[in-house]
Amino acid sequence: MKLALLADIHSNLEGLTACLEHAREQGADAHAFVGDLVGYGADPVAVLDLVERHVEGGALVVRGNHDAAILDDGADTMNKSAEAAVEWTRAQLGARHLAFLAGLPFTARRDDVYLVHASADRPGDWTYVSDPLRAGQSLAMARGTWVFSGHVHEQMLYYQGAAGRPLQFRPEPGVAIPVPAHRRWLAIVGSAGQPRDGNTAAAYALLDTARPTLTFFRVPYQWARAAAKIRAAGLPESLARRLERGE
Amino acid sequence: MSTGLHPGDLVDGFTVGERLHAGGMGVLYRCAPPPDRPDLDVPLLIKVPRLGPGEPSESVVTYEVEVTVHSALQGPHVPRFVAAGDLARQPYLVMERIEGRSLKDWVDRAPIPPEEVAVLGASIATAIHSLHAQEVVHLDVKPSNVIIRPDGTAVMVDFGLARHGHFPDLLAEEFHHPMGSGPYISPEQVLGVRWDPRSDLFALGVILYQLAVGEYPHGAPTSQGGLRRRLWHLPRSPRRIRPEVPEWLQEVIMRCLEAQAASRYASAAQVASDLTNPDQVTVTERGRRLRRPGVGALLKRWIMAAGYEPSPLDRPSQHLVSAAIVLAAVATQHKSEPRFQALREVVRRLMAVDPDRRLTCVTVIRPSSDLGGGPEAEAGTSQRIKHLVLLRNWAEPLGLPPERLSYHVIESNDPAGALLEYARLNQVEHLVIGAPPADVPLKGTFVSTRVAAEAACSVTVVRPRPQVG
Repeated sequence: MKLALLADIHSNLEGLTACLEHAREQGADAHAFVGDLVGYGADPVAVLDLVERHVEGGALVVRGNHDAAILDDGADTMNKSAEAAVEWTRAQLGARHLAFLAGLPFTARRDDVYLVHASADRPGDWTYVSDPLRAGQSLAMARGTWVFSGHVHEQMLYYQGAAGRPLQFRPEPGVAIPVPAHRRWLAIVGSAGQPRDGNTAAAYALLDTARPTLTFFRVPYQWARAAAKIRAAGLPESLARRLERGE
Repeated sequence: MSTGLHPGDLVDGFTVGERLHAGGMGVLYRCAPPPDRPDLDVPLLIKVPRLGPGEPSESVVTYEVEVTVHSALQGPHVPRFVAAGDLARQPYLVMERIEGRSLKDWVDRAPIPPEEVAVLGASIATAIHSLHAQEVVHLDVKPSNVIIRPDGTAVMVDFGLARHGHFPDLLAEEFHHPMGSGPYISPEQVLGVRWDPRSDLFALGVILYQLAVGEYPHGAPTSQGGLRRRLWHLPRSPRRIRPEVPEWLQEVIMRCLEAQAASRYASAAQVASDLTNPDQVTVTERGRRLRRPGVGALLKRWIMAAGYEPSPLDRPSQHLVSAAIVLAAVATQHKSEPRFQALREVVRRLMAVDPDRRLTCVTVIRPSSDLGGGPEAEAGTSQRIKHLVLLRNWAEPLGLPPERLSYHVIESNDPAGALLEYARLNQVEHLVIGAPPADVPLKGTFVSTRVAAEAACSVTVVRPRPQVG
């Protein structure tokens, strides 16, 4: 199985389609969406339609904090522009899309693959897994060999050393990293819709279970178009600028 | 513990043959490929790690590291990787069996003549460079891990402690004692640093020292304290032990053995270049020194070592970019000031990027036997000197210090072929060459055209700015 893992799409249709197209060229035959399908961007309806189609075809999906915020008033903990985007998004969605979001689980598992948007240690707390300590806490509560998360937008691989302590590795895009099944791994797959590391290219990861290897990819996409749509929708200017600068 | 394999056994289709060697980490057997693999037309061996109760816990991880790193390597300086077994089921590694001699054969005969040290050392440095260029730091360079093929090519084996810059380091922080071999381990490895390609240059320095004088520079300690001594202790000068060691060779050896990685050569290719061209080595106090510094200087080194901070470094290949060898092909036989100047300006910019870069100025002239007139040898020498002077004159305005510069006059009737060969042998990263003059009619292929098409490295073809009016 070649599983494409996409997180933090944030209603960015251009980013999502570029990653899906890239994954298709790499021979991906399965998909997983690791939360935050919406929020920030201007295409929540088109993005949810696309994700739903994949889910009907067998793709895995879990809920992110922005997806949850659409349903309740959880947005009050967010910053102003994120909160504005949540309000705006809620107004765009019909009953079917809201029901889809409401049905998203916090975690999902298939065989040795485990998905959680933030940390498997109390997923609803939306803890950022941004260091080896938090990666260890998440791994302790997660099941399966390969754990995939988002929430943090920067690609990172955590792996368990023989001493048991997780170690951190910053992956090089496009390199197939051996991830043998006798160890446990936690990968932050990167953001397909709002990269924040100074590189505008969208991010996703591809797990090849047969070898087994994990490859992190960066995919250039039409961010100018996505940013123009954000401005046209009247969403905060900072959200458009973010895509233009990748920060 | 036995590996449980016997001649005649089948492992995933490979037939186990006679036992070749039983080492600390594993047992090696000859092996034959499955009948459905006619592509495996080289001699093979199968390596089976010692795993299980009674064996050190590192073995599992080093086996895993060896498989991961070795399978990512290619080229003439590593045995071809063929197959590996699943760790949970039957761990094994099948690879090309290198027909050659272990470097131990030379070390056992040491001291050997300086010229032989240089030739062997250049081969090993070239092999180490090929690993670094593939993002790998070996971290266990020692005579038993180097095989010399009959043609003199060095092959590096055993990647159990190696580090691949693109893969997570499975050995990081796992074991609290330094990993490596007592005599060869670099000061920064003693402190747990596992990412510096210059660690392999330290080990190479130990091998060169051993070959040249027949002793270890820092002995063969096993305790942490004994290993730490190399952070401040200076080995005895090779020339004090064996006066026949030339100053240039001592310079190369002692530069590899510097305690601070930043004081060593910037790349293995630069070591190979110096060992191949002794007349181009800039001998400093390091090469001339006969006695170790006095107590005061040692105390100073000891205090420095106490505050030793390894400097962070990018991935191995990133480091090689900054330590690149740039080749300037200067057509001294067709001297033209505007063309010389244009070439020089491009080279100046390339060299300004990083102080670790080195410049090699090369010109290709017709062989002396073609020149005629007077005694041939004498005419040849004077020709070479004339072009050497032109090369130096071309490079002088760059203002580069001598240790960053070298000059080579090559005699050949095939200038493109000679440049390509030189660039390949010296691991040149960037070749700069003048474009053919605009007023020369095209007959056959231009040197620059062929070089640009066939070189393994980047090539910049330089044209002088067109004359206006």
